Amino acid sequence: MIDVLVVGSGGAGLSAALHAKKEGANVLVVSKTYPTHSQTCQAQGGMNAVITEQDRVENHVHDTLKSSHGLGEEATIQSMCEDAKPIIEWLDELGVPFTRTSEGKIAQRKMGGASHSRSCYSADYTGLKILHTLYDTALKENIEFLNEHMILNIIVENEQAVGITAMDLKTSQVKEILAKTVILATGGYISIYNGFNTNSNATTGDGVAAALRAGAKLSNMEFIQFHPTAIKGANVLISESARGEGGYLVDDKGERFVDELKPRDVVARAIYDKMHQDKTVYLDLRHLGLDKINEVMPQERRLAMQFAHVKIEEELLPINPAAHYCMGGVFINDRSETTRENLYACGECAQSNVHGANRLGGNSLLEILSFGKKAGTEAALKARNTQYLTKEDTQQYQSDKNFIAQVFHLPNQIDFYDKKAFMGKIFFRNVGLYRNDINMKAVLSQVRQWQKEFMFMGITDKCTIYNRNLVEFIEFGNMLELSEVVVISAISRCESRGAHYREDHPMEVESYAKNSIAYRYDNTLAVEFKG
Amino acid sequence: MKIKIERLNTQKNPQQFKQEYEVSSQRLLDALNEIKTTQDNTLTYRCGCGSGVCGSCAVQVNGVERLSCKTYINEGDVVSAIKRSEVIRDLVVNLEHQEKVLKTSHAYLEAYQEETITPQDEKLIDVQSNCILCQSCYSSCPVYEVNPDFLGPYALTRVLRYVNDKKEHQSRSKIDAIQSNGVWDCTLCGNCTMVCPQFIDPKTDIMNLRSKSVQAGYSDPNMNNMDFDSGFNTDFGFNPNGF
Repeated sequence: MIDVLVVGSGGAGLSAALHAKKEGANVLVVSKTYPTHSQTCQAQGGMNAVITEQDRVENHVHDTLKSSHGLGEEATIQSMCEDAKPIIEWLDELGVPFTRTSEGKIAQRKMGGASHSRSCYSADYTGLKILHTLYDTALKENIEFLNEHMILNIIVENEQAVGITAMDLKTSQVKEILAKTVILATGGYISIYNGFNTNSNATTGDGVAAALRAGAKLSNMEFIQFHPTAIKGANVLISESARGEGGYLVDDKGERFVDELKPRDVVARAIYDKMHQDKTVYLDLRHLGLDKINEVMPQERRLAMQFAHVKIEEELLPINPAAHYCMGGVFINDRSETTRENLYACGECAQSNVHGANRLGGNSLLEILSFGKKAGTEAALKARNTQYLTKEDTQQYQSDKNFIAQVFHLPNQIDFYDKKAFMGKIFFRNVGLYRNDINMKAVLSQVRQWQKEFMFMGITDKCTIYNRNLVEFIEFGNMLELSEVVVISAISRCESRGAHYREDHPMEVESYAKNSIAYRYDNTLAVEFKG
Repeated sequence: MKIKIERLNTQKNPQQFKQEYEVSSQRLLDALNEIKTTQDNTLTYRCGCGSGVCGSCAVQVNGVERLSCKTYINEGDVVSAIKRSEVIRDLVVNLEHQEKVLKTSHAYLEAYQEETITPQDEKLIDVQSNCILCQSCYSSCPVYEVNPDFLGPYALTRVLRYVNDKKEHQSRSKIDAIQSNGVWDCTLCGNCTMVCPQFIDPKTDIMNLRSKSVQAGYSDPNMNNMDFDSGFNTDFGFNPNGF
């Protein structure tokens, strides 16, 4: 009997699972990958927390609000920022090896958009070390894992979430997992920018798409953050800490052209402009010296050597902006509840009202841990007063079983890998750093065409053992579902705000100082704006 | 460029076989993606971050463990699944043992104690805590051939990471947990150190754990097996080695 079913095993999912367990709940974590394979391992720079007297929580709230361009909710941000110090202490107690100052205090570095040095870090492996420590702790607490099971749908009975259907990757079998409460921690949907993003292949928005189909509302799906510095061509992320520690951005002539510590959207657009003039932009770290580089960004040095054959202490590193983070997701309130009863969400798959139109660097690790904690605790408390609402063999289970069986017999007239590659290109170019109505409408019609063609794409691999072709086909279905929401939301927001920049509406418009809310109504996608 | 990939699909054939592909990509992960999306949708492998930190894409190239996202290929390279685990399909192996060995070896912080941590203290566990659980060391370890219950390099490195953490109050329980099928079973061959993509040295970590075990009162059980009085006593005319 499962009280709390956590879907996803990254930082948010593990945090939720640990807190639900702490409340005495019976927890199961279902994950498409293995816990340590998740996206959290890629967070490098750090996690924001006010832990010294030189900084104040109000400053953190102010910086976050400013970065959100009027869309963040002050009370929620306040609560997250107040949460940061106890969370850092908790992580420290679990064994996260934070980098220390010579006095033995947790060291902090300054990230873009922050008024103080506020990011706690472990060299440039912050996410990796937090994720692995959470995983070790989950094993210590005997949390049960069901690895390599991909969520298909959320089972909804009487308007309430009562479990999920998931496909076992090893056997392609569909399973029905019932629980009193369900927490989605499935990560973002950045892979719609296929080939132009810094994310893991696995972040295909499966949970967000499932939530939409289950009748939950999505929000702010148009806000996509582009990271200014990914290694040119390879799109491997070079952390903001490289600029935070004093790195420069220079053009072909070796001249600086933008304040490197401006918010990510401003810096990324400045680089994109240069690239449009057929110029290459470089990250210049040479003046920092080898010792400093080895101390604070050993991973960056290795990545540059591996993926660009560049020694950053001696040479310039060519970079380009790449899609990096989605501010939008399943709409949740300050208790991590979605608009569907007994369904919770946390982490990048959720729109938690803290990032608004642009996320402050160092706030994503804080968000996954803070909202993971809320989701885990709240779901466990809810489960205490909830009975199992349904019997096995639900209609959803039956229909998903039939769907997977049917996929093996679909025709292969159209190659979906081809479409997926093309999707990345048109999204980066037309729903990327610069957007306008006509280009986005062209993308929308293309996406709708692909949706119609989906059942003619199918799979050519008919084996039922670990069928990645099948997994990627279902992922592409989810990407098609979400890409439509992203484009419609972006078309609907006729203004420029944060990461969303419209060439045809270049100013911020007061009447749009609201969250966009997307939902399905009678099989039609609707987007509205709510304050 | 041509590369060969060792494949397995037990629904078609119980035997592994090598298949040759022509690719234009230079990086192995790109080559695998190129094959999967343009030539053969059935090719099966794991991958994630593409930047060497998620640890999901470990394979063998010409018999040596490598992360496919960080490997540049050469003409005629042979790519196969990592060893010591059941191959589920093509380059994908079963990883379920990971949870078991980490749990058995108590690779976590058991009892927190408040301590002042200096940069030197943190340096002491920095390299070990960079482990990405890619299983390369596990694959390269010959001990598994004779002892599938061996806790293995990554679990032991992780134990040392917590043993050396000043914040851990109960490091003794970890030392206790790694005596059986643990530190003494290692042959110190150093294969794990050679293949670690994170430049961790599990062999030295295991030697460190051995000396910590000795300090905790344990002794090398292999020494007991080398009791020269038994078997070699020729008074009874019995010599097991035939000399």
